[in-house]
Amino acid sequence: MKKLPDVWGGDAAPLVVDNVDTDTIIPSREMRSTGRAGLADGLFAPWRYTDADARTPNPDFVLNQDTYSSATILAAGENFGCGSSREHAVWALAEFGITAIIAVSFAPIFYANCLRNGIVPIALPRKAVDRLAAEYVTIHLTDQQVTGAGNIYNFDIDPEAKHMLLNGVDAIDLTLTDRGAIETWTQRDRTARPWVYLEQTK
Amino acid sequence: MTQTLFDKIWDTHQVAQTATGRHLIAIDRVFLHERTGAAALKRMAEIERKILDPARVFAVMDHIVDTRIGRGDSTLMQGGEAFITETRAACRDAGITLFDVNDRDQGIIHVISPELGIVLPGITLVAPDSHTCTQGAFGALAWGIGSSEAEHAMVTGVLRLERPKTMRVLLEGALSEGVTAKDMALHLIALHSAGGGAGHAVEFAGDAVTALDMEGRMTLCNMATEFGAMAGFIAPDAKAFDWLAGKRYAPDNFDEPYWANLQSDAGASFDTEITIDASAIAPMVSWGTSPEQAIAIDARVPAGPRKVHDYIGLEEGTAIAGTPIDVAFIGSCTNSRISDLRLAAKLLEGHLIAPTIKKAMVVPGSLSVKRQAEAEGLDKIFEAAGFEWRMSGCSLCFYAGGEGFPKGSRTISSTNRNFEGRQGPGIRTHIASPETVAASAVAGAIADPRELARKKVAS
Repeated sequence: MKKLPDVWGGDAAPLVVDNVDTDTIIPSREMRSTGRAGLADGLFAPWRYTDADARTPNPDFVLNQDTYSSATILAAGENFGCGSSREHAVWALAEFGITAIIAVSFAPIFYANCLRNGIVPIALPRKAVDRLAAEYVTIHLTDQQVTGAGNIYNFDIDPEAKHMLLNGVDAIDLTLTDRGAIETWTQRDRTARPWVYLEQTK
Repeated sequence: MTQTLFDKIWDTHQVAQTATGRHLIAIDRVFLHERTGAAALKRMAEIERKILDPARVFAVMDHIVDTRIGRGDSTLMQGGEAFITETRAACRDAGITLFDVNDRDQGIIHVISPELGIVLPGITLVAPDSHTCTQGAFGALAWGIGSSEAEHAMVTGVLRLERPKTMRVLLEGALSEGVTAKDMALHLIALHSAGGGAGHAVEFAGDAVTALDMEGRMTLCNMATEFGAMAGFIAPDAKAFDWLAGKRYAPDNFDEPYWANLQSDAGASFDTEITIDASAIAPMVSWGTSPEQAIAIDARVPAGPRKVHDYIGLEEGTAIAGTPIDVAFIGSCTNSRISDLRLAAKLLEGHLIAPTIKKAMVVPGSLSVKRQAEAEGLDKIFEAAGFEWRMSGCSLCFYAGGEGFPKGSRTISSTNRNFEGRQGPGIRTHIASPETVAASAVAGAIADPRELARKKVAS
């Protein structure tokens, strides 16, 4: 995972709609290969194109407007990223260039997927999101603050997640530093719950 | 100290706690499918990471497999075949048990996992699929994750998690005739919103829950993700243990005292509690583009966002019953099990679907469900009524670019998501129970299943 800078800013693309689901962020039909790349073109396809097959842009959609066509920050509503667990939604956003999403709330699987792919999910009260949408905002990741529209907002992020985003730490590498503890635990658990452990085939 | 069932499972699985408060939680089972699992396996191969214990990882082809009789690897979805062949090769290389396209145990991941006893009470099970919470019906902590987290679980045997809050949803009282677990789920989400369960692991309890059969419990837990919860589960009782005992990967019995302890202690406290009068629930149907936009079948469309009314083509004040439909679909991890098919077939027997219906399909949740239904003659009832009878898979629950309908088509569907475009560009989806789908197919319009049931009794 790439490191995120401590501070960066941009115009927050306003998409403050509630319950935006991952089918809208990246429709299943846009997931054309088993890999993680090549998804940005299909990002928000149902809203971004009037004809998704012909890729005819919908001029009303926020990411098609000049100010936001290279947006790095998205302002969103409640329960953003709900629905399917597809990480492709986050891969598509990251490939497009999004590095932060300021939303009223996030769906849990989507939130975790953001943290694993260099996107900061920032939950703020609706009033704050409404104020920041379409404004130039600055994100201070170390200080956990968003500034914009003359205001400063603090946000919560798990300290470990913040450390990993700032330092580009891979979660698997980090966990493998605890390999010994996992092995010890598993040995004990094999006795306590033998039914969990299966032979290769049965 | 009293503990909730969630606390007990969590504590049993806690390997370590980090200095920053994260928990390393042991993962007992990982289940993959060809839609999202291939991405995880492919990347693991690229970065040369090995699965810690392949015997506890399973995979199935369910998402984009063709469901037409006589199917092979090719699918109607453009490029779909690569997902199937790549997943097969990756599973073979990794030493994972795969339930392949025409394996006799093939089926939708959350249908076959219990059928084979892969899910067990008290275990942790994850899959890169949001409806993994379905399997909480057996008292497991089961939840959906992304592909990166699936890699993490396979390589390390644990996930790094924040402890969620606990919620109990008590559904008290007896369900009325014609009301199902699907209606309970939609009622809960309509009342408490699609984000109502956010940040929580949700235990469903109360006499309306314990009265459900295991299939009904799976339907209820299935939609915990539509409620925004991390997981949904039900304390295992004799019904759950009897259902699982002796299944291929399950113990032969659950007699040890360990199993009986898998329930919330009396007086255990939850961070959030919701109580619902189950006797007041009616058959439900969605009217909009979020599962929270659902109403009783005899209600009128309420005021919603303009965009939603425009997409779905229904204005405020319109009675939802009587809305003409084009397509009827019975299937998906929500409602495709044998008891779902029995109830729908019972309603359909002796009826024909309306001539205005352009397509009606039943896609059994697994090939095992299909065989059982055929042994009971249910396939003949569906076919006589005008439904197509298919092989197992996720099918019309979502649109991957294969089978679809013209823009603007309206479907009544026993699935879990009525999102814009979920079943294809411009498709208007109404989600409901299989009985409501059956009754609507006969009427050619959204219809109350209780009316068709009454007619049957009268005739």
